[in-house]
Amino acid sequence: MNWDAGLPLLIVATSLFSGLMIFFLSEKHVVARTTLNLGGAVFKLVLVGVMIWGVFHGHHYEARLPLLPGLDLLLRADAESMLFVVLSSGLWLVTTIYAIGYLEGSPHRSRFFGFFSLCVTATVGVALAGNLITFVLFYELLTLSTYPLIVHRETEVARRAGRTYLIYTITGGALLLVGTVWLYSMTGTLEFAHRGFVAGLLDTHRVSLIVVFVLLVAGLGVKAALVPLHGWLPQAMVAPAPVSALLHAVAVVKAGAFGIVRVVDDVYGVEATTKLGVSGPLAALAAVTIIYGSLRALFQDDLKRRLAFSTVSQVSYIVLGIAIIGPIATTGGLVHLVHQGVMKITLFFCAGNLAETLGIHKVSEMNGVGRRMPWTMAAFTIGALGMIGVPPLAGFVTKWYLGVGALDAGQEWVVYILAGSSLLNAGYFLPVLYAVWFKPAPDSWPDERSFGRFETSWALLAPPVVTALLTLAVGLLASAPFSPLQWARFITTLEYMP
Amino acid sequence: MQQIPWEVMLILLPLAGAMACFLWPRRTLLFGLISALGVGGCVAGLGWRLLEQGAQRYAVGGWGAPLGIDLYADGLSLLMLIITALVGLGVSIYSIGYFERRQAILFWPLWLLLWSALNALFLSADIFNLYVTLELLGLAAVALVALAGGANALTAAMRYLLVNMLASLCYLLGVALLYHNFGSVDIAILAQRVEASPAVWAAMGLMSAGLLLKSALFPLHFWLPPAHASAPAPVSALLSALVVKASFYILLRLWLEIFPQTGAAPGQLLGVLGAAAVLWGGIQALRQTRLKLLIAYSTVAQLGYLFLAFPLGSSFAWKGSLYLLLSHALAKAAMFMAAGNILRFCGHDRIADLDRVAQRLPVTMIAFSVAGVSIVGLPPSGGFIGKWMLLEAALRAGQWWWVIPLILGGLLAAAYIFKVIGYAFTQAGVLRQTNKVPMSMEWAALALALAALLLGLVALWPLSLMEIGLPFGGSEVDAIQRAEQS
Repeated sequence: MNWDAGLPLLIVATSLFSGLMIFFLSEKHVVARTTLNLGGAVFKLVLVGVMIWGVFHGHHYEARLPLLPGLDLLLRADAESMLFVVLSSGLWLVTTIYAIGYLEGSPHRSRFFGFFSLCVTATVGVALAGNLITFVLFYELLTLSTYPLIVHRETEVARRAGRTYLIYTITGGALLLVGTVWLYSMTGTLEFAHRGFVAGLLDTHRVSLIVVFVLLVAGLGVKAALVPLHGWLPQAMVAPAPVSALLHAVAVVKAGAFGIVRVVDDVYGVEATTKLGVSGPLAALAAVTIIYGSLRALFQDDLKRRLAFSTVSQVSYIVLGIAIIGPIATTGGLVHLVHQGVMKITLFFCAGNLAETLGIHKVSEMNGVGRRMPWTMAAFTIGALGMIGVPPLAGFVTKWYLGVGALDAGQEWVVYILAGSSLLNAGYFLPVLYAVWFKPAPDSWPDERSFGRFETSWALLAPPVVTALLTLAVGLLASAPFSPLQWARFITTLEYMP
Repeated sequence: MQQIPWEVMLILLPLAGAMACFLWPRRTLLFGLISALGVGGCVAGLGWRLLEQGAQRYAVGGWGAPLGIDLYADGLSLLMLIITALVGLGVSIYSIGYFERRQAILFWPLWLLLWSALNALFLSADIFNLYVTLELLGLAAVALVALAGGANALTAAMRYLLVNMLASLCYLLGVALLYHNFGSVDIAILAQRVEASPAVWAAMGLMSAGLLLKSALFPLHFWLPPAHASAPAPVSALLSALVVKASFYILLRLWLEIFPQTGAAPGQLLGVLGAAAVLWGGIQALRQTRLKLLIAYSTVAQLGYLFLAFPLGSSFAWKGSLYLLLSHALAKAAMFMAAGNILRFCGHDRIADLDRVAQRLPVTMIAFSVAGVSIVGLPPSGGFIGKWMLLEAALRAGQWWWVIPLILGGLLAAAYIFKVIGYAFTQAGVLRQTNKVPMSMEWAALALALAALLLGLVALWPLSLMEIGLPFGGSEVDAIQRAEQS
């Protein structure tokens, strides 16, 4: 097998291999497990770097394995997949470091890290999938590998959350499967293509195509937490913090959002989506989700629950950007895939630090915590301001492109949604920030643990600081070459330019 | 050149093994394992020849039909033989650890006899030999069910015996009717002579009714859960994985070759019953409190899927159904073995009390989960490929309503599988009284479960074997596909 076919397989296989190896380690082998974890993560990142270099030098990375007559398992490096692969493998490394620090000394770590690696394998597979059946395959694998992570704590609450998660995602997966088979029975191909592959059927199979679109988006919308399919997400926040970080920023909700990007851009194509009249309802659904999620977030006292509803709202920016149908808005949606990732992962890391170091779980317990944990709360502040859309942070770039894109596409109503949502974002984040920095600290914290020199252990502190800096960097350096924004614009050119 | 008669060896070798085990009980294990490996080799030999030369008819002793006995092997028979050998090897290894000496002496001869009957059944070329082999199979199976001893097992075995007798009788009546009308029992000859007439319909109805009873199609499934759940674990694995499939195989041969009536009313009826079985079996499985009963009801549901190919009738649908059959055989055998391990470990199989067990038997739990992935039909697994093919066949045929049982059945399966798996993630105390589970029993289960998973990644290979001798007719779907693409 030559290198161009081997590389995508290798990128998927690195974490699969380390994951399977970790299952066989006993709890005591901390060093071996950490080596496998970090080694796998770093190696994957290096391979992704090689792939980016290769794509720029005209390599065409594509691996095919026959699955059924006429249907292949197809892994391919195209512009969209590169965006998601870089995001997931980069943030995986950070999250792995965080998880090692977070779970130190707790039981079942081999099981945890084994499934953790499988989860990233599935995410990278989703990113690199070159056709819909490969996508479905890894999408289901993602469901299976995240379930043990959600129930990791083994409490009754965790098991109930796991059950809810399965009910939602397996049903969603079934809808996605029906949509996929139905589409295949009409088109005879499932391979992603710029501008889609259904154009020839628009006149003859109009109704079927609309039904299939609804099935696909409903199946993907479960993981993307589109209202009313979002119920599992706030419950799933009982999982350990690194899992929440992974779920909300990298893997699960992103896989759903990325899938919707694929369906609109590379299965149906923007033209067919507009002609079928499904883009408007999708945008409306995304808008409803954005407002609804923010409204619910306002009233949550549990910090992780507030962040979870914030995710419901923020992920729909991606869907909104895609559904507006216009080059600038699409750019905004695509770039938010990355931006929301780095911002939300920062916030969840910080929430995890508060819980681990001081035993703080509620917003009402956060008074004056800024002086106790200045670095953590500085990172949290950057993430929160980014979510609100304060320039020059990552969230601002997104909202700017979405707003301009909506005006460009003649859909002024979106601007009101954005404005309203930003107000609500400010409504649920600013009071927290005020309490953190300006309110007096209580005499004692709920459950304080000492970590020596730093405010908390370095493995917990470094990841949020790094991702906070990234939040700053992707906003400040948005027009530098290789920034997520430039990459998103490049993708959009492929989709819209003749 | 004189060819090695692999077909005959496939039947005689396990039979001889059974005799040897019976005559020299001290050497049971040795003879048993030699026979098992030998059968594996014979299947490989036959497969190799079929790949090179295509479907084969073999006249035993040089006497051809209609005087003598013909054996016939095509892709369909070959795949059934292969899956029997795979499950058989797994069960053989598993049973070494499972049975104590006293039971092993009884188990091995019966199991090898069962294996011989299965091989003979898959190779028979006439409907009377099919009857003979079906009876042999049934008797061996009943004896195996009774092996567990105790009132429960005996009652279940007795009921199983009566059902078997009734079913065989129905089948035999049908055979007699066909023989009376057409003067032959050879499938190929009958295929040429049979024309629709009341007598033929009656014969087909009788034979099918008997076979449906044996295949436990809803609502004729009542005997299956108690029989499969009360048997010893390796026997449950054999019954669910292979024995019920044998009668389905005969049904396939009858409807595909002697009396092809695709799309007509009987096909639709079988499809409806299959759909009902999927839903009913799934709901019942979900309601069970005992693990082995849950798995047994899951078999009722999974058998229902196989019948969804009858109303569709395209070769793609048949292949999908056969693919589900193969993956179910591997996955369900693995599941019953895993249940056997749990039962051995803690002495009960109450699902609600599994929490203390699951974390102590990780390999068994993984085997159960991996097999569960295939049973639910999630990718990558043989169950997914089979379901995909049936879904595609249904949508291509414009009969979209068959999608509903396929999907709902998957959701129900996910519900009952995860009901069990969920207990692996509970905080449980340490269980004091436990029995050691031999490694071979844990790994045999895992190996079969992984094989079911692997079927999801190498689908082209079994699918190409299905082309040998075209048991499912020309592949018209592929032709349509090619036409559409060009």
